[in-house]
Amino acid sequence: MKAKIEEANQEAVSRIQRAKPTLIDVSIAGEAIPGMKRNMILHAGPPEPWERMCGPMKGAVIGGMILEGLAKNRQEAEALAASGDILFEPCHHHSSVGPMAGVATWSMPVWVMENRTFGNRAYCTLNEGLGKVLRYGAFSEEVIARLRWMAEDLAPALKKALVRHGPIDMKSMIAQALQMGDEGHNRNRAGTSLFIREIAPDLVMLDESREKIARILAFIHGNDHFFLNLSMPSCKCTVDAAASVEGSSVVTTMARNGTEFGIRVSGLGDRWFTGPAGMVEGLYLPGFSARDAAPDIGDSVITETAGIGGFAMAAAPAIVKFVGGSARDAIRYTQQMYEITVAENDTYRIPTLDFRGTPTGIDLLKVVETGILPAINTGIAHKEPGIGMVGAGLVHPPENCFHDALEVFAEKYGK
Amino acid sequence: MNVKKISELFNKELVVINMGLDSFADNLRKEEVKVLPMDWKPPAGGDKRLISLLEKLDA
Amino acid sequence: MKKILVRKNAYYDSVFLMLATKALKQRPGIKEAVVAMGTEVNLGLLKEIGLLSGEAESARPNDLVIAIEAETGEAVEEACRIAEEVLKKKSHGGGGEEDYRPVSLEGALKILPEANLVVISVPGRYAAREARQAVNKGLHVMLFSDHVSVEEEVELKEMALERGLLMMGPDCGTAILNGKPLCFANVVRGGSIGLVAASGSGLQEVSCCIDRMGGGISQAIGTGGRDLQDRRVRGRMMLMGIEALKHDPETRVIVVISKPPAEELAAKVLSKLKDTGKPCVVHFLGLKPSGTRGSMRFSGNMEEAAAMAVALSRGEEYRPLCFSLSEAEVSRVAEAEVKRMGSEQRYVRGLFAGGTLALEAMALFEEEGFRILSNVQKGPGRALHSPHCSESHAIVDLGDDVFTLGRPHPMIDPSQRDERIAKEAVDPETALVLLDVVLGYGAHEDPCGALAESVSKAKGQVAGRGGYLCVIASITGTEKDFQNMAEQKKKLESAGCLVMPSNYQASLLAVHVMRKVVSR
Repeated sequence: MKAKIEEANQEAVSRIQRAKPTLIDVSIAGEAIPGMKRNMILHAGPPEPWERMCGPMKGAVIGGMILEGLAKNRQEAEALAASGDILFEPCHHHSSVGPMAGVATWSMPVWVMENRTFGNRAYCTLNEGLGKVLRYGAFSEEVIARLRWMAEDLAPALKKALVRHGPIDMKSMIAQALQMGDEGHNRNRAGTSLFIREIAPDLVMLDESREKIARILAFIHGNDHFFLNLSMPSCKCTVDAAASVEGSSVVTTMARNGTEFGIRVSGLGDRWFTGPAGMVEGLYLPGFSARDAAPDIGDSVITETAGIGGFAMAAAPAIVKFVGGSARDAIRYTQQMYEITVAENDTYRIPTLDFRGTPTGIDLLKVVETGILPAINTGIAHKEPGIGMVGAGLVHPPENCFHDALEVFAEKYGK
Repeated sequence: MNVKKISELFNKELVVINMGLDSFADNLRKEEVKVLPMDWKPPAGGDKRLISLLEKLDA
Repeated sequence: MKKILVRKNAYYDSVFLMLATKALKQRPGIKEAVVAMGTEVNLGLLKEIGLLSGEAESARPNDLVIAIEAETGEAVEEACRIAEEVLKKKSHGGGGEEDYRPVSLEGALKILPEANLVVISVPGRYAAREARQAVNKGLHVMLFSDHVSVEEEVELKEMALERGLLMMGPDCGTAILNGKPLCFANVVRGGSIGLVAASGSGLQEVSCCIDRMGGGISQAIGTGGRDLQDRRVRGRMMLMGIEALKHDPETRVIVVISKPPAEELAAKVLSKLKDTGKPCVVHFLGLKPSGTRGSMRFSGNMEEAAAMAVALSRGEEYRPLCFSLSEAEVSRVAEAEVKRMGSEQRYVRGLFAGGTLALEAMALFEEEGFRILSNVQKGPGRALHSPHCSESHAIVDLGDDVFTLGRPHPMIDPSQRDERIAKEAVDPETALVLLDVVLGYGAHEDPCGALAESVSKAKGQVAGRGGYLCVIASITGTEKDFQNMAEQKKKLESAGCLVMPSNYQASLLAVHVMRKVVSR
C-alpha cells in the first residue's frame, strides 16, 4: 500500500508543479463564481453556521448584506442572517478563497485566475486595504463606500487594463516576489510592486481621467497586501488540480473561519477534518496584546498549502522578527517543512537556501508521523469586529485535524 | 546470498545517519566519519493508536 | 516540598535522562528526583513515588516530566534551575551546532542522500519500524536497540538478506567497519583479520587482544546476541557476515565469536567457514576447544582466539599462549595475596560490565572445579537467589537487564559497580573481587578513576577487620582509546589492584589465588 500511496502522491504533487496560475479577468462574484446566488454569502474556512461565527466574520457578513441591499443596518442584517433565508457557504465550495473573514457577496468584484495547464479556475475578491475594512469585520459607511468604489471604479478599470495587457503569468510573478523578500502570505510588498509595474502602463492608457487612474494607483500602492488576493487564488487553482487523486495523502485544502481550522486530503475527496482554530503567536502593534487577538482566521493558508507563505519563510527576512527573532529561526522552520512535504518546488525557490525549491505537497502521513505541523505565517485580527489587524506571527493547525484524517485514510486505504 | 552491497560498503567511505543516542554521533565525528545526527522522537508523539494507523498503511 | 514540571514536545534520549536524574539526585537536600519522558510506564512509576500531579497526569510520551522532592523550597528551586540548564544545553546541541537535525529518516536522506549506514539506538518498541524503513531505503543498519521481538528480528534479517544489506542487531553493541568503531568499540589497528561476533564485549576483547599482539582488523561485523542462539533467527547475519568476509580481499583470516549455537546452526557456521577457503578461528564461548580441523582452529578462550588469528595472519604456526607471568611468579603473587587474608574469607566475587567477559570468567572457574553462582547462569542450582546479593562463589553480570532497567549500563556509569564493590567488602566471606574494565567509545571517560576509589575503600574496610581483599582486573582497550589506557592501568595499580593484560589471564590468576585460598 505504501508504494501505491507514494505513487498517488507523486501524481498529486506533479499536478501542483505543473500548474500555471494565470490572471485572465476581473469579474463580479455573481457572474463568475460557480453556484453563486443573490442570497448566498461565501465565507472563509470550513462550513459554519451564522450562530457560531466569530465577531469579525459576523461583522463582515453584516457589511456584505448591507452592501447587497439585503439589510439596511446591523439589526436587520442579524435578523436576516439568523432567519435561514441566507445561504452561508465556504468559499472553498465554490472554487474561491477569501482572506480573513473572506466574505464574498454577489456584486463584489473578483479576480479570475485560471490554471492554464488543467483549465480549472479560482476566484478571490480584491484586497480593500488595512485597518477598518470588511474582512476584519468592519461595516461602517466608510467601508461600504470603499467597497462600492472598488466595484464601480477600481475593478472595471483593472478589467479593461487586463484586457489591454493580456493574461498575466502569476506563477512567474510569485516566483520573482519570493526572490525579493516576499513569502506570499504575510509579506506581499514585492508582489504588489511587481503587479503595479506590470499593469500601470495599461491603466494609464485607458480612456479615463488622470485623477481616477491616479487614485487607483495610489490605492494599490498604499496597500502592501494588495498582492495577497492574487497569490491566494493562484495557489487555490494550483492545488485544486491535485484534489481527489485516489490514494493520495497530500493535503489539498487548509482554511480557517475564526472558530475552526479545517483541512481536506486529496485521497479523501471533499471531506473536511476540523479542529479548534489556534491563537497566533507573534508580535502586536503598539497598544495591542494577546488579549485583543481573534483566533486564527482566513483562507490565506492556501498559500502554505501550495508551498509558499510559511513554507517559504526562509525567503522573507522581514517575517523573521515575528517568528522568534533570528534569520536562523526562519530557515529552521522551512527546513522542518521539508520533512512533511513530498517534493521541492520546481519554480518557487529560496535564495538563502541556495535556491532550493520550497517544500511542496504537505503529506498527511508525514505530519502525523513526525509530529511536525505546518508552519503558517499570518496576520492577527482584533477579536472585536471592525478594528482591524493588531499583529502578525506564527500559528499551527490543531493536530487533531490530521489525526482524524489519518483515521479515515487508514480505514479507507489500510491493509 | 548476495553480498555485493556489503563489499561495496567496505570499499567506500562510511556515511552515517545516527538515529538515537547523540553520543554515538559525537564519537563518529571524533573518528572523522561523516555523520548526520537526527533529532529522533517517537513517531506520532508515541501515541499507540496513531502508530497502529500508520502501520496499517506501511505494508 | 514537591515540584513537578512538564515540558511539552521535548524529547530526550534515555541515557541523557538517566544521567540528568542522577545529577539532580546528588544535589544536597534532594529526597527524590526524576527527569523522564511521559510514557505510561514512567507516569506509573511517578505515581508510585507520589510525584504525579497536575499537568504531569496528562503528559504524553513526547512530553518531558521533571519531578523533584526536597527538604526545602530552596533546594527544590535550585534543582529545577539546574534541570533547566542541563536541558537547555542539550537541546541547543554541542558546541553551537548550527546544522538542522532532521526528525525523520526521509528528512535525513533529503539532507544526506549519499548515506549508506544508519545507526539505530532508539527505544526497542520503535526500533523495528525504523530499521524496516532503513532497509526499504537501501541502507545498511546497525541496530543497537534491544527489546525487539524475535519475530521482528527474523523479519528484519530476512528483508536485509534479500537486499544484500547488513542488519547488525538487534542488541548489537559493537562493530568496526572500514576501520571505524561503531557504538561501543575500540580504536584498533587495521589489518587482515575479519571478525563476525554475536557478542559485543567479546568482539571488543578479541579485537583489543589482536591489536596488543600486533595484528589488525579488516572488518568486525556484529550480529546481535540472538543470531545464533535462537533457532528462529537461524544465524542469518552470522552466515551473511562470513560470506561478506569471504569476498573481502582485505580479509585473510576469519574469526567467529559467539556463545555455543544451537546444534544445526553450529554445523552450518562451520561449513560456511570452510567454504570461504580462508583460515578461520572459531570461538564458541565455554566450549572446550577441539583443536584443529583443517584450516579451522578452535580456541579455548578469547585471548587464544586472538593469538591464533594473529599467527594465521602472519602465516605462522600458532604456539599455545603463555601466561604473561611465569609459574613461579604466579605462585609468589598468589601466596602474597592470600597470606594476609582472614580465615573467614573464602569466596570469589566477579563483578562484570561485559556479559561475555563474565561468561568467560565463569567458564574458566567451572572448568577448574569451582561452583559459580550467577544472575546469568542457567545450570541447575546455579542461579543467585537475588542478583543484588552475592552468595558463595559468584560472578555477576552487571550489564544484565535486571540491573539496567532505568539505570545506565555499567560501562557508561560506574556507580552501580562501585556500590556492589562496597557491598562485597562488607561481606566477611569475600576473598577476591574480579573485575573487567572496558575502554573505548561509548564507555565512561574515566572508568578506573571511580573504580580505583571504590577498590581502595573496599580494601581499607577489609584491612580494618584484620583481613585482606584481593582485587584483580583486566582492561579491555588499546593505547589508542581516548581514556588513556596506561593511565587507567596506573590508577588501578595504585589502589592495589592486580591488572592483567586480558580477561582470560585475569580470570586465570584469580583461579590460582582462589585455589590457594581454598587449600589453606
